[in-house]
Amino acid sequence: MSEMFSMTDVTVCYDNVEAVRNVSLSVEEGQIVTVIGPNGAGKTTLLMAAIGLLASRGRLVFQGNDIGRMSVEDRVERRLCLVPEKRELFSDMSVADNLLLGSYSLRDRSGVQKTLDEVYDRFPRLKERQRQAAGTLSGGERQMLALGRALMAKPKLLMLDEPSLGLAPLIVREIFRTIASLRDLGVSILLVEQNARAALETADYGYVLETGEIVQSGPAKDLIHDPRLITAYLGGH
Amino acid sequence: MTSDIAAILAIDGIATGAVYALVAIGTVLIFTVTRVIFIPFGDIAAFTALTLAALDAKRFPGTGALVVILACLATLIEIITLLRNGERRLLPRALFFYLALPLAVVGLAWLTMRAEPPLAIRLVLALMLITPIAPLLDRIVFRPIADGTVLLLLTVSVALHFALVGLGLLFFGPEGVRTEPLTSLSTEFAGVLISGQTMLIVIAALVFSGLLYLFFDFTLVGKSLRATAVNRTGSRLMGIRPARAGTIAYLLGSLMAGVSGILIAPVNTIFYDSGFLLGLKAFVGAIVGGMTSYPGAAIGAVGVGILESFASFESSALKDVIVFSLLIPILIWRSLASLHSEEEIEE
Repeated sequence: MSEMFSMTDVTVCYDNVEAVRNVSLSVEEGQIVTVIGPNGAGKTTLLMAAIGLLASRGRLVFQGNDIGRMSVEDRVERRLCLVPEKRELFSDMSVADNLLLGSYSLRDRSGVQKTLDEVYDRFPRLKERQRQAAGTLSGGERQMLALGRALMAKPKLLMLDEPSLGLAPLIVREIFRTIASLRDLGVSILLVEQNARAALETADYGYVLETGEIVQSGPAKDLIHDPRLITAYLGGH
Repeated sequence: MTSDIAAILAIDGIATGAVYALVAIGTVLIFTVTRVIFIPFGDIAAFTALTLAALDAKRFPGTGALVVILACLATLIEIITLLRNGERRLLPRALFFYLALPLAVVGLAWLTMRAEPPLAIRLVLALMLITPIAPLLDRIVFRPIADGTVLLLLTVSVALHFALVGLGLLFFGPEGVRTEPLTSLSTEFAGVLISGQTMLIVIAALVFSGLLYLFFDFTLVGKSLRATAVNRTGSRLMGIRPARAGTIAYLLGSLMAGVSGILIAPVNTIFYDSGFLLGLKAFVGAIVGGMTSYPGAAIGAVGVGILESFASFESSALKDVIVFSLLIPILIWRSLASLHSEEEIEE
């Protein structure tokens, strides 16, 4: 397996406060990697820096290229995609238009219809609501649309920020099933989650972020049995 | 006032309003995509009229020199920015879009002028010469402060308007112009004579609004512009560049302003500084429509036109006072109706 994405000694500052300090992590091709940690640990900040919405110090390498100085749009064109915590949908526009705009960065337009059909197959609910405005969807449907829209860009690395946030348990399970199935498409995933158990059950490898620093890392199946993590994040047994 | 007079005033008002509507739609387009309230929009319309008048008089318009100067400035700024960011590979592209393309437009207009072209070609030339101005101004003035507050952008926009009025005096001189009517046809409807020019104005407004609607609803580029307007962060995450969306918005907007300038030139005498009132009235129309809705802006602008027409019948000295006084109750009503609009704009 070759390395898809890596961060080395990344530091992100808001004004003079370091929200993320010397974080290093890597995602191998076809792997699902999760970053878990409490609220305010800097998980979202980490992803914002990875996509370029926040400036950072340190090294960001995507598919062998240093992307640290690239604009957000250039990173997206290289197929590094983020589904942000707020989803950032185009609420006044239809579901179909939201999905179509997901493919905006693709130069080769010939496969767009096929990808759209695949997204509709994966989320039949979106097909039913394709003419509806994105703002009128339920929470679960919005998350599906955000995921579907990101898939329209045919990402090499998909970064997901709290995909389960605010969703009913049944829908959370569905979303995580979808995430796991994306591995079969060859998409590498960097998943940031507060729902540590669901994240570790889905992921191959995990990092624990506390107050802006990585405090622990290891294969997900080991972390899920780690006594310290069980008491801190997994709600005991 | 008899019903005959009322009908004449209404038709007159609709025609004026249709011109305002084109400018108002352009104003909304640029505001939603870039957050800039582009005050110099009326100036662009006035410059188009002056450009057409110069072409009619077989003189090469000052617009050519203005475009060349702006293109050189924009290219210089773009090159410095690219070098500073270490993006040398984008230099040829910048030279093409900011220097070669505007210069080619001016060169083409200059060459075509020699052949003493017919009116239709002169109209196209006037529009071609005018459309690069706003995108170039965007690159020079607004791009460096694109992340500023709406208030900062507005302040700079007002300053830019005054600069443009000065440039207008420099390039076009102080004389007013009135171009020849585009058509001499007229028709009678319900006992009221309607001139061909009036009909042309209304038809042009409808056609251009319709084309804009098709562009926004049926093309990927149009949808990307709407996406930028709805959610800037979301659209960047799709790879849509706000700067490019802004350029397209300015191009389209100046085309609409240009068309309105061409339509109004045979009806009103246009001076280098006539754009301000035109732009301001269109702005009032856009505000009536809420600044974010295209149909709202069009309806608001037509309303302003009709109000102005009736106001000028009652008291022509006070017509502008009456039109702008309309803004006060509407702003109060708007601020009461939507308490959250400020935050939405800032987002």
